[in-house]
Amino acid sequence: MRIYMDNASSAPVDKRVIEAMFPYFDTHVGNPTSLHSSGIDARRALENARESVASLIKAQSKEIIFTSGGTESNNIALRGAAQRKKKKGNHIIITAIEHMSVVNTCKDLQREGFEVTTVPVDKYGLVDQARIEAEITNRTIIISCQYANSEIGTIQPIAQIGAMTREQDIIFHVDAVAAAGKIHIDVQQDNIDLLSISSNDLYGPRGVGALYVRSGILLRPVMTGGGQERGLRSGSENIPAIVGMGKACEIIKEEIKSDSGRMESLQERLIEGVLGNMQHAYLTGHRTRRLPHIASYRFSFIEGESIILSLNDLGIEASTGSACSVKTLEPSHVLIAIGLRPEEAHGSLLLSLNRWNTEKEVDYVLESLPLVVDRLRALSPLYNGD
Amino acid sequence: MDIDYSEKVKEHFRNPRNVGTIKDADAVGRVGNPVCGDVMEIQLKIEDNIIKDIKFQTFGCASAIATSSMITEMAKGKTLDEALEITRNDVADELDGLPPIKMHCSNLAADALHSAIEDYMEKQKKGELKLGENEYDV
Ligand code: FES
Repeated sequence: MRIYMDNASSAPVDKRVIEAMFPYFDTHVGNPTSLHSSGIDARRALENARESVASLIKAQSKEIIFTSGGTESNNIALRGAAQRKKKKGNHIIITAIEHMSVVNTCKDLQREGFEVTTVPVDKYGLVDQARIEAEITNRTIIISCQYANSEIGTIQPIAQIGAMTREQDIIFHVDAVAAAGKIHIDVQQDNIDLLSISSNDLYGPRGVGALYVRSGILLRPVMTGGGQERGLRSGSENIPAIVGMGKACEIIKEEIKSDSGRMESLQERLIEGVLGNMQHAYLTGHRTRRLPHIASYRFSFIEGESIILSLNDLGIEASTGSACSVKTLEPSHVLIAIGLRPEEAHGSLLLSLNRWNTEKEVDYVLESLPLVVDRLRALSPLYNGD
Repeated sequence: MDIDYSEKVKEHFRNPRNVGTIKDADAVGRVGNPVCGDVMEIQLKIEDNIIKDIKFQTFGCASAIATSSMITEMAKGKTLDEALEITRNDVADELDGLPPIKMHCSNLAADALHSAIEDYMEKQKKGELKLGENEYDV
Protein backbone atom coordinates (compact mmCIF):
# COMPACT_ATOMS: atom_id res chain seq x y z
CA MET A 1 0.00 0.00 0.00
CA ARG A 2 1.30 3.48 -0.93
CA ILE A 3 -0.19 6.38 0.97
CA TYR A 4 0.31 9.71 -0.70
CA MET A 5 0.23 12.70 1.62
CA ASP A 6 2.49 15.11 -0.24
CA ASN A 7 -0.23 16.89 -2.15
CA ALA A 8 1.18 20.33 -1.48
CA SER A 9 4.13 19.30 -3.68
CA SER A 10 2.10 17.66 -6.39
CA ALA A 11 -1.46 16.39 -6.45
CA PRO A 12 -3.13 13.70 -8.56
CA VAL A 13 -5.25 14.86 -11.48
CA ASP A 14 -8.96 14.09 -11.20
CA LYS A 15 -10.09 11.42 -13.71
CA ARG A 16 -12.97 13.66 -14.82
CA VAL A 17 -10.41 16.31 -15.68
CA ILE A 18 -8.29 13.92 -17.69
CA GLU A 19 -11.38 12.85 -19.63
CA ALA A 20 -12.28 16.43 -20.42
CA MET A 21 -8.75 17.07 -21.70
CA PHE A 22 -8.46 14.07 -24.02
CA PRO A 23 -10.28 15.40 -27.10
CA TYR A 24 -8.05 18.47 -27.11
CA PHE A 25 -4.97 16.43 -27.82
CA ASP A 26 -6.13 14.88 -31.08
CA THR A 27 -9.60 15.64 -32.41
CA HIS A 28 -9.90 19.26 -31.23
CA VAL A 29 -6.58 20.64 -32.29
CA GLY A 30 -7.36 24.19 -33.32
CA ASN A 31 -5.48 27.30 -32.28
CA PRO A 32 -7.84 29.88 -30.78
CA THR A 33 -6.49 32.55 -33.11
CA SER A 34 -7.38 30.59 -36.26
CA LEU A 35 -10.49 31.52 -38.21
CA HIS A 36 -11.71 28.04 -39.15
CA SER A 37 -14.11 25.82 -37.26
CA SER A 38 -11.38 24.15 -35.21
CA GLY A 39 -10.12 27.57 -34.26
CA ILE A 40 -13.59 28.64 -33.15
CA ASP A 41 -13.87 25.41 -31.22
CA ALA A 42 -10.62 26.08 -29.40
CA ARG A 43 -11.63 29.66 -28.71
CA ARG A 44 -14.87 28.46 -27.18
CA ALA A 45 -13.04 25.91 -25.02
CA LEU A 46 -10.61 28.58 -23.89
CA GLU A 47 -13.37 31.00 -22.96
CA ASN A 48 -15.38 28.32 -21.17
CA ALA A 49 -12.36 27.47 -19.08
CA ARG A 50 -11.79 31.13 -18.33
CA GLU A 51 -15.38 31.41 -17.18
CA SER A 52 -14.95 28.42 -14.84
CA VAL A 53 -11.78 29.80 -13.30
CA ALA A 54 -13.36 33.23 -12.86
CA SER A 55 -16.42 31.83 -11.22
CA LEU A 56 -14.37 29.92 -8.62
CA ILE A 57 -12.97 33.18 -7.24
CA LYS A 58 -15.97 35.42 -7.99
CA ALA A 59 -14.21 37.30 -10.79
CA GLN A 60 -15.35 38.22 -14.30
CA SER A 61 -13.96 36.00 -16.99
CA LYS A 62 -12.20 38.86 -18.77
CA GLU A 63 -10.13 39.33 -15.62
CA ILE A 64 -8.48 35.91 -15.91
CA ILE A 65 -5.32 35.21 -17.87
CA PHE A 66 -3.84 31.75 -18.21
CA THR A 67 -0.20 31.12 -17.36
CA SER A 68 2.08 28.13 -16.88
CA GLY A 69 1.40 27.95 -13.14
CA GLY A 70 1.69 29.71 -9.81
CA THR A 71 5.30 30.72 -10.26
CA GLU A 72 4.63 32.41 -13.56
CA SER A 73 1.51 34.10 -12.21
CA ASN A 74 3.49 35.55 -9.33
CA ASN A 75 6.20 36.73 -11.71
CA ILE A 76 3.78 38.40 -14.11
CA ALA A 77 1.92 40.04 -11.24
CA LEU A 78 4.91 41.42 -9.34
CA ARG A 79 7.18 42.32 -12.23
CA GLY A 80 4.28 43.60 -14.30
CA ALA A 81 2.87 45.82 -11.57
CA ALA A 82 6.28 47.05 -10.39
CA GLN A 83 7.37 48.11 -13.88
CA ARG A 84 4.04 49.70 -14.60
CA LYS A 85 3.94 51.64 -11.36
CA LYS A 86 7.55 52.69 -11.06
CA LYS A 87 6.77 56.31 -11.77
CA LYS A 88 4.56 56.36 -8.71
CA GLY A 89 7.01 54.64 -6.41
CA ASN A 90 9.46 51.81 -5.95
CA HIS A 91 8.47 50.20 -2.68
CA ILE A 92 7.04 46.69 -2.33
CA ILE A 93 5.88 45.00 0.88
CA ILE A 94 5.76 41.22 1.28
CA THR A 95 5.52 38.87 4.26
CA ALA A 96 8.29 36.65 5.60
CA ILE A 97 6.59 33.42 4.55
CA GLU A 98 5.87 34.00 0.88
CA HIS A 99 6.55 31.34 -1.72
CA MET A 100 10.04 31.39 -3.26
CA SER A 101 8.57 32.65 -6.54
CA VAL A 102 7.56 35.81 -4.68
CA VAL A 103 10.71 36.02 -2.54
CA ASN A 104 13.13 35.60 -5.41
CA THR A 105 11.17 37.77 -7.83
CA CYS A 106 11.33 40.55 -5.24
CA LYS A 107 15.06 39.98 -4.80
CA ASP A 108 15.45 40.39 -8.51
CA LEU A 109 13.36 43.57 -8.47
CA GLN A 110 15.61 44.85 -5.70
CA ARG A 111 18.56 44.54 -8.06
CA GLU A 112 16.63 46.74 -10.46
CA GLY A 113 16.27 49.45 -7.84
CA PHE A 114 13.01 48.54 -6.15
CA GLU A 115 12.91 48.50 -2.36
CA VAL A 116 11.37 45.52 -0.64
CA THR A 117 10.20 45.36 2.96
CA THR A 118 9.56 41.95 4.48
CA VAL A 119 7.03 42.02 7.28
CA PRO A 120 7.52 39.35 9.96
CA VAL A 121 4.83 36.88 11.05
CA ASP A 122 4.06 35.64 14.55
CA LYS A 123 4.83 32.15 15.84
CA TYR A 124 1.66 30.84 14.22
CA GLY A 125 2.61 32.29 10.88
CA LEU A 126 0.03 35.06 11.05
CA VAL A 127 0.85 38.48 9.69
CA ASP A 128 -0.50 41.49 11.51
CA GLN A 129 -2.25 43.95 9.24
CA ALA A 130 -1.12 46.84 11.45
CA ARG A 131 2.53 45.87 10.93
CA ILE A 132 2.03 45.99 7.19
CA GLU A 133 0.32 49.35 7.51
CA ALA A 134 3.22 50.70 9.54
CA GLU A 135 5.60 49.97 6.66
CA ILE A 136 3.59 51.82 4.04
CA THR A 137 5.21 54.95 2.66
CA ASN A 138 4.11 57.26 -0.13
CA ARG A 139 6.32 55.26 -2.47
CA THR A 140 4.63 51.92 -1.71
CA ILE A 141 3.15 50.50 -4.89
CA ILE A 142 2.50 46.80 -4.17
CA ILE A 143 1.62 44.69 -1.16
CA SER A 144 1.93 40.98 -1.74
CA CYS A 145 0.59 38.50 0.81
CA GLN A 146 -0.26 34.86 0.35
CA TYR A 147 -3.80 33.77 1.11
CA ALA A 148 -2.56 30.81 3.11
CA ASN A 149 0.70 29.00 3.56
CA SER A 150 1.32 25.60 2.00
CA GLU A 151 3.85 24.45 4.64
CA ILE A 152 2.04 25.36 7.84
CA GLY A 153 -1.49 25.99 6.58
CA THR A 154 -1.97 29.38 8.25
CA ILE A 155 -4.63 31.58 6.64
CA GLN A 156 -3.92 35.31 6.54
CA PRO A 157 -6.37 38.15 7.28
CA ILE A 158 -6.73 38.88 3.58
CA ALA A 159 -9.97 40.86 3.78
CA GLN A 160 -8.46 43.29 6.28
CA ILE A 161 -5.31 43.81 4.28
CA GLY A 162 -7.40 44.17 1.13
CA ALA A 163 -9.57 46.89 2.61
CA MET A 164 -6.50 48.78 3.71
CA THR A 165 -4.66 48.56 0.38
CA ARG A 166 -7.75 49.62 -1.54
CA GLU A 167 -8.15 52.64 0.66
CA GLN A 168 -4.52 53.63 0.17
CA ASP A 169 -4.54 52.92 -3.55
CA ILE A 170 -1.82 50.30 -3.41
CA ILE A 171 -1.92 47.21 -5.62
CA PHE A 172 -2.79 44.12 -3.61
CA HIS A 173 -1.38 40.85 -4.92
CA VAL A 174 -2.41 37.58 -3.32
CA ASP A 175 -0.71 34.25 -3.92
CA ALA A 176 -3.65 31.89 -3.49
CA VAL A 177 -1.98 28.77 -4.87
CA ALA A 178 -2.34 26.84 -1.62
CA ALA A 179 -5.73 28.24 -0.65
CA ALA A 180 -7.72 28.08 -3.89
CA GLY A 181 -10.12 25.18 -4.02
CA LYS A 182 -9.67 24.55 -0.30
CA ILE A 183 -11.41 27.61 1.10
CA HIS A 184 -13.83 30.10 -0.47
CA ILE A 185 -12.18 33.00 -2.19
CA ASP A 186 -13.99 36.14 -3.24
CA VAL A 187 -11.74 38.66 -4.95
CA GLN A 188 -14.44 41.36 -4.88
CA GLN A 189 -15.19 41.10 -1.22
CA ASP A 190 -11.50 40.92 -0.28
CA ASN A 191 -10.50 43.83 -2.52
CA ILE A 192 -7.85 41.82 -4.29
CA ASP A 193 -6.22 43.29 -7.40
CA LEU A 194 -4.03 40.39 -8.52
CA LEU A 195 -4.41 36.76 -7.50
CA SER A 196 -2.31 33.76 -8.50
CA ILE A 197 -3.64 30.22 -8.69
CA SER A 198 -2.28 26.97 -9.99
CA SER A 199 -4.21 24.17 -11.65
CA ASN A 200 -2.53 21.21 -10.00
CA ASP A 201 -3.57 22.31 -6.53
CA LEU A 202 -7.16 22.03 -7.80
CA TYR A 203 -6.54 18.47 -9.11
CA GLY A 204 -6.00 19.81 -12.60
CA PRO A 205 -2.93 19.16 -14.79
CA ARG A 206 0.44 20.63 -13.94
CA GLY A 207 2.07 23.32 -16.04
CA VAL A 208 -0.96 25.59 -16.11
CA GLY A 209 -2.25 28.27 -13.80
CA ALA A 210 -4.01 31.57 -13.87
CA LEU A 211 -3.65 35.14 -12.77
CA TYR A 212 -6.63 37.26 -11.88
CA VAL A 213 -6.04 40.85 -12.96
CA ARG A 214 -8.80 43.10 -11.70
CA SER A 215 -10.21 45.16 -14.53
CA GLY A 216 -8.55 48.54 -14.48
CA ILE A 217 -5.23 47.22 -13.17
CA LEU A 218 -2.54 47.61 -15.79
CA LEU A 219 0.57 45.48 -15.95
CA ARG A 220 3.61 45.59 -18.15
CA PRO A 221 3.90 42.20 -19.86
CA VAL A 222 6.83 39.98 -18.98
CA MET A 223 6.35 37.74 -22.00
CA THR A 224 6.07 39.56 -25.30
CA GLY A 225 4.93 38.11 -28.62
CA GLY A 226 1.62 37.55 -30.35
CA GLY A 227 -0.39 39.34 -27.70
CA GLN A 228 -2.44 36.44 -26.38
CA GLU A 229 -4.16 36.71 -23.00
CA ARG A 230 -4.81 40.44 -23.16
CA GLY A 231 -1.23 40.94 -24.21
CA LEU A 232 -0.04 39.82 -20.80
CA ARG A 233 1.04 36.34 -21.69
CA SER A 234 1.98 35.90 -25.31
CA GLY A 235 2.35 32.42 -26.74
CA SER A 236 -0.18 29.98 -28.15
CA GLU A 237 -2.49 28.84 -25.38
CA ASN A 238 -1.98 25.34 -24.02
CA ILE A 239 -5.57 24.37 -24.74
CA PRO A 240 -5.66 20.81 -23.31
CA ALA A 241 -4.15 22.00 -20.05
CA ILE A 242 -6.39 25.06 -19.88
CA VAL A 243 -9.47 22.91 -20.54
CA GLY A 244 -8.28 20.66 -17.72
CA MET A 245 -7.85 23.56 -15.36
CA GLY A 246 -11.32 24.83 -16.27
CA LYS A 247 -12.85 21.44 -15.59
CA ALA A 248 -10.97 21.18 -12.29
CA CYS A 249 -12.38 24.57 -11.23
CA GLU A 250 -15.87 23.56 -12.25
CA ILE A 251 -15.67 20.37 -10.18
CA ILE A 252 -14.09 21.96 -7.16
CA LYS A 253 -16.60 24.77 -7.10
CA GLU A 254 -19.34 22.18 -6.69
CA GLU A 255 -17.44 19.99 -4.26
CA ILE A 256 -15.36 22.39 -2.21
CA LYS A 257 -17.65 22.14 0.78
CA SER A 258 -17.77 18.37 0.99
CA ASP A 259 -14.10 18.01 -0.03
CA SER A 260 -12.82 20.44 2.53
CA GLY A 261 -15.16 19.13 5.19
CA ARG A 262 -13.86 15.60 4.68
CA MET A 263 -10.22 16.67 4.64
CA GLU A 264 -10.72 18.81 7.68
CA SER A 265 -11.96 15.88 9.74
CA LEU A 266 -9.03 13.75 8.54
CA GLN A 267 -6.70 16.60 9.38
CA GLU A 268 -8.21 16.88 12.82
CA ARG A 269 -7.69 13.15 13.32
CA LEU A 270 -4.08 13.49 12.20
CA ILE A 271 -3.39 16.44 14.46
CA GLU A 272 -5.13 15.03 17.52
CA GLY A 273 -3.67 11.60 16.93
CA VAL A 274 -0.15 12.97 17.00
CA LEU A 275 -0.39 15.69 19.62
CA GLY A 276 -2.49 13.53 21.93
CA ASN A 277 -0.29 10.44 21.77
CA MET A 278 3.27 11.43 21.04
CA GLN A 279 5.85 13.12 23.22
CA HIS A 280 7.77 16.21 22.11
CA ALA A 281 5.52 16.64 19.09
CA TYR A 282 4.22 20.08 18.17
CA LEU A 283 1.88 21.53 15.60
CA THR A 284 3.35 24.19 13.32
CA GLY A 285 1.08 26.94 12.10
CA HIS A 286 -2.19 28.16 13.55
CA ARG A 287 -4.49 25.72 15.35
CA THR A 288 -7.75 27.01 13.87
CA ARG A 289 -6.96 29.50 11.11
CA ARG A 290 -5.56 26.81 8.86
CA LEU A 291 -6.19 25.19 5.51
CA PRO A 292 -8.18 21.95 5.79
CA HIS A 293 -5.56 19.73 4.17
CA ILE A 294 -2.32 20.72 5.92
CA ALA A 295 -1.21 18.73 8.98
CA SER A 296 2.21 20.12 9.87
CA TYR A 297 4.35 19.23 12.84
CA ARG A 298 7.77 19.20 14.30
CA PHE A 299 9.30 16.46 16.39
CA SER A 300 12.18 17.25 18.73
CA PHE A 301 15.58 15.48 18.58
CA ILE A 302 15.23 14.04 15.07
CA GLU A 303 15.79 15.12 11.51
CA GLY A 304 13.25 15.39 8.69
CA GLU A 305 14.99 13.62 5.83
CA SER A 306 15.37 10.58 8.08
CA ILE A 307 11.68 10.81 8.94
CA ILE A 308 10.66 11.05 5.29
CA LEU A 309 12.83 8.14 4.17
CA SER A 310 11.68 5.97 7.07
CA LEU A 311 8.03 6.75 6.34
CA ASN A 312 8.69 5.99 2.69
CA ASP A 313 9.94 2.56 3.68
CA LEU A 314 6.56 2.06 5.33
CA GLY A 315 4.72 3.19 2.22
CA ILE A 316 3.93 6.73 3.31
CA GLU A 317 4.92 9.75 1.23
CA ALA A 318 5.25 13.12 2.94
CA SER A 319 7.64 16.09 3.06
CA THR A 320 9.82 18.14 5.41
CA GLY A 321 11.35 21.59 5.69
CA SER A 322 14.62 20.25 7.14
CA ALA A 323 17.88 21.75 5.93
CA CYS A 324 19.22 18.26 5.19
CA SER A 325 16.42 17.67 2.68
CA VAL A 326 17.31 20.43 0.23
CA LYS A 327 20.25 21.29 -1.98
CA THR A 328 20.87 24.62 -0.29
CA LEU A 329 21.17 22.91 3.13
CA GLU A 330 19.10 25.70 4.59
CA PRO A 331 15.96 25.10 6.62
CA SER A 332 12.65 26.27 5.22
CA HIS A 333 12.40 30.06 5.48
CA VAL A 334 8.81 29.64 6.62
CA LEU A 335 9.81 27.61 9.68
CA ILE A 336 12.55 30.07 10.54
CA ALA A 337 10.09 32.97 10.15
CA ILE A 338 7.75 31.44 12.74
CA GLY A 339 10.67 31.45 15.15
CA LEU A 340 11.97 27.89 15.02
CA ARG A 341 15.66 27.34 15.57
CA PRO A 342 17.33 25.42 12.73
CA GLU A 343 17.51 22.23 14.83
CA GLU A 344 13.79 22.56 15.54
CA ALA A 345 13.03 23.08 11.86
CA HIS A 346 15.07 19.89 11.33
CA GLY A 347 12.30 17.76 12.80
CA SER A 348 9.50 19.17 10.64
CA LEU A 349 6.99 16.95 8.91
CA LEU A 350 4.27 17.99 6.50
CA LEU A 351 1.34 15.73 5.69
CA SER A 352 -0.79 17.36 2.99
CA LEU A 353 -4.06 15.69 2.04
CA ASN A 354 -6.08 15.36 -1.13
CA ARG A 355 -9.76 14.66 -1.72
CA TRP A 356 -9.15 10.92 -2.02
CA ASN A 357 -7.32 10.28 1.23
CA THR A 358 -9.22 8.01 3.62
CA GLU A 359 -9.62 7.49 7.32
CA LYS A 360 -7.93 4.12 6.97
CA GLU A 361 -4.88 5.80 5.50
CA VAL A 362 -4.83 8.33 8.29
CA ASP A 363 -4.98 5.59 10.89
CA TYR A 364 -2.12 3.73 9.25
CA VAL A 365 -0.05 6.93 9.33
CA LEU A 366 -0.89 7.39 12.98
CA GLU A 367 0.26 3.84 13.71
CA SER A 368 3.46 4.19 11.70
CA LEU A 369 4.62 7.58 12.81
CA PRO A 370 5.48 6.66 16.42
CA LEU A 371 7.54 3.69 15.18
CA VAL A 372 9.57 5.96 12.96
CA VAL A 373 9.97 8.73 15.51
CA ASP A 374 10.91 6.35 18.33
CA ARG A 375 13.48 4.57 16.22
CA LEU A 376 15.14 7.80 15.16
CA ARG A 377 15.08 9.16 18.69
CA ALA A 378 16.83 6.04 19.90
CA LEU A 379 19.60 7.01 17.46
CA SER A 380 19.73 10.62 18.56
CA PRO A 381 22.36 12.00 20.95
CA LEU A 382 19.97 14.82 21.88
CA TYR A 383 17.30 12.51 23.25
CA ASN A 384 17.62 11.31 26.80
CA GLY A 385 14.62 9.02 26.87
CA ASP A 386 11.85 11.01 28.48
CA MET B 1 13.74 5.29 -0.41
CA ASP B 2 14.23 8.43 -2.32
CA ILE B 3 17.45 10.35 -3.18
CA ASP B 4 20.31 8.70 -4.99
CA TYR B 5 21.51 6.67 -2.06
CA SER B 6 23.38 3.43 -2.71
CA GLU B 7 21.92 0.17 -1.47
CA LYS B 8 24.60 0.11 1.22
CA VAL B 9 23.65 3.53 2.51
CA LYS B 10 20.02 2.51 2.65
CA GLU B 11 20.91 -0.71 4.40
CA HIS B 12 22.97 1.04 7.07
CA PHE B 13 20.27 3.66 7.51
CA ARG B 14 17.64 0.98 8.00
CA ASN B 15 19.79 -1.23 10.22
CA PRO B 16 22.48 0.89 11.76
CA ARG B 17 25.24 -1.01 13.61
CA ASN B 18 26.66 -0.10 17.00
CA VAL B 19 23.97 2.32 18.06
CA GLY B 20 23.94 3.69 21.58
CA THR B 21 26.32 4.58 24.36
CA ILE B 22 28.98 2.67 26.31
CA LYS B 23 28.93 2.44 30.06
CA ASP B 24 32.33 3.64 31.35
CA ALA B 25 33.40 4.73 27.91
CA ASP B 26 37.09 5.56 27.71
CA ALA B 27 36.51 8.38 25.29
CA VAL B 28 33.75 10.46 23.77
CA GLY B 29 33.75 12.53 20.62
CA ARG B 30 30.88 14.85 19.92
CA VAL B 31 30.78 17.10 16.88
CA GLY B 32 28.24 19.41 15.31
CA ASN B 33 27.81 20.00 11.64
CA PRO B 34 28.27 23.66 10.84
CA VAL B 35 26.54 23.22 7.50
CA CYS B 36 23.14 22.06 8.61
CA GLY B 37 23.19 21.80 12.39
CA ASP B 38 23.40 18.06 12.95
CA VAL B 39 25.09 16.40 15.90
CA MET B 40 27.04 13.15 16.12
CA GLU B 41 28.54 11.42 19.11
CA ILE B 42 30.92 8.46 19.18
CA GLN B 43 31.97 6.60 22.31
CA LEU B 44 34.93 4.27 22.59
CA LYS B 45 36.12 1.43 24.79
CA ILE B 46 39.84 1.05 24.36
CA GLU B 47 42.23 -1.68 25.48
CA ASP B 48 45.92 -1.78 24.62
CA ASN B 49 45.43 0.99 22.08
CA ILE B 50 42.82 -1.07 20.27
CA ILE B 51 39.19 -0.02 19.81
CA LYS B 52 37.41 -2.85 21.60
CA ASP B 53 33.97 -1.34 21.42
CA ILE B 54 32.45 1.64 19.66
CA LYS B 55 28.96 3.13 19.74
CA PHE B 56 27.38 6.11 18.04
CA GLN B 57 24.36 8.38 18.20
CA THR B 58 23.41 10.74 15.39
CA PHE B 59 20.95 13.56 14.96
CA GLY B 60 20.93 14.02 11.22
CA CYS B 61 19.92 12.84 7.81
CA ALA B 62 19.90 9.29 6.48
CA SER B 63 23.38 9.73 5.09
CA ALA B 64 24.70 10.98 8.44
CA ILE B 65 23.23 7.94 10.15
CA ALA B 66 24.60 5.54 7.54
CA THR B 67 28.10 7.05 7.62
CA SER B 68 28.27 6.92 11.39
CA SER B 69 27.13 3.33 11.36
CA MET B 70 29.72 2.47 8.73
CA ILE B 71 32.59 4.23 10.45
CA THR B 72 31.92 2.34 13.68
CA GLU B 73 32.20 -0.91 11.75
CA MET B 74 35.40 0.21 10.09
CA ALA B 75 37.00 1.39 13.33
CA LYS B 76 36.11 -1.53 15.53
CA GLY B 77 39.14 -3.72 16.27
CA LYS B 78 41.58 -1.22 14.79
CA THR B 79 44.46 0.36 16.67
CA LEU B 80 44.05 4.05 17.44
CA ASP B 81 46.62 4.99 14.84
CA GLU B 82 44.86 2.93 12.20
CA ALA B 83 41.51 4.41 13.14
CA LEU B 84 42.91 7.93 12.89
CA GLU B 85 43.77 7.22 9.28
CA ILE B 86 40.14 6.62 8.30
CA THR B 87 39.02 9.56 6.16
CA ARG B 88 35.62 10.69 5.08
CA ASN B 89 36.38 9.41 1.60
CA ASP B 90 37.11 5.95 2.98
CA VAL B 91 33.70 5.91 4.62
CA ALA B 92 31.96 7.14 1.51
CA ASP B 93 33.82 4.56 -0.62
CA GLU B 94 32.90 1.79 1.77
CA LEU B 95 29.24 2.83 1.35
CA ASP B 96 29.58 2.69 -2.47
CA GLY B 97 29.57 6.46 -2.62
CA LEU B 98 27.41 9.32 -1.41
CA PRO B 99 25.57 11.98 -3.41
CA PRO B 100 27.96 15.00 -3.64
CA ILE B 101 25.61 17.18 -1.60
CA LYS B 102 25.83 14.61 1.20
CA MET B 103 29.61 14.35 1.43
CA HIS B 104 29.70 16.76 4.35
CA CYS B 105 27.74 14.24 6.44
CA SER B 106 30.60 11.76 6.15
CA ASN B 107 32.90 14.52 7.35
CA LEU B 108 30.88 14.55 10.50
CA ALA B 109 31.42 10.84 11.08
CA ALA B 110 35.18 11.03 10.54
CA ASP B 111 35.39 14.11 12.76
CA ALA B 112 33.45 12.43 15.56
CA LEU B 113 35.71 9.38 15.48
CA HIS B 114 38.89 11.45 15.39
CA SER B 115 37.68 13.69 18.19
CA ALA B 116 36.88 10.63 20.33
CA ILE B 117 40.39 9.29 19.77
CA GLU B 118 41.93 12.67 20.50
CA ASP B 119 39.84 12.83 23.65
CA TYR B 120 41.35 9.50 24.70
CA MET B 121 44.87 10.63 23.92
CA GLU B 122 44.36 13.81 25.91
CA LYS B 123 43.14 11.82 28.85
CA GLN B 124 46.11 9.49 28.55
CA LYS B 125 48.48 12.41 28.62
CA LYS B 126 46.82 13.86 31.69
CA GLY B 127 46.80 10.42 33.28
CA GLU B 128 50.55 10.06 32.74
CA LEU B 129 51.06 13.49 34.19
CA LYS B 130 49.10 12.52 37.26
CA LEU B 131 51.12 9.36 37.61
CA GLY B 132 54.27 11.46 37.45
CA GLU B 133 52.99 13.82 40.12
CA ASN B 134 52.20 10.90 42.34
CA GLU B 135 55.71 9.56 41.95
CA TYR B 136 56.99 12.98 42.80
CA ASP B 137 54.78 12.99 45.91
CA VAL B 138 56.25 9.72 47.03
S1 FES C 1 23.27 15.60 8.31
FE1 FES C 1 22.36 17.32 7.35
S2 FES C 1 22.55 16.76 5.29
FE2 FES C 1 23.36 15.02 6.28
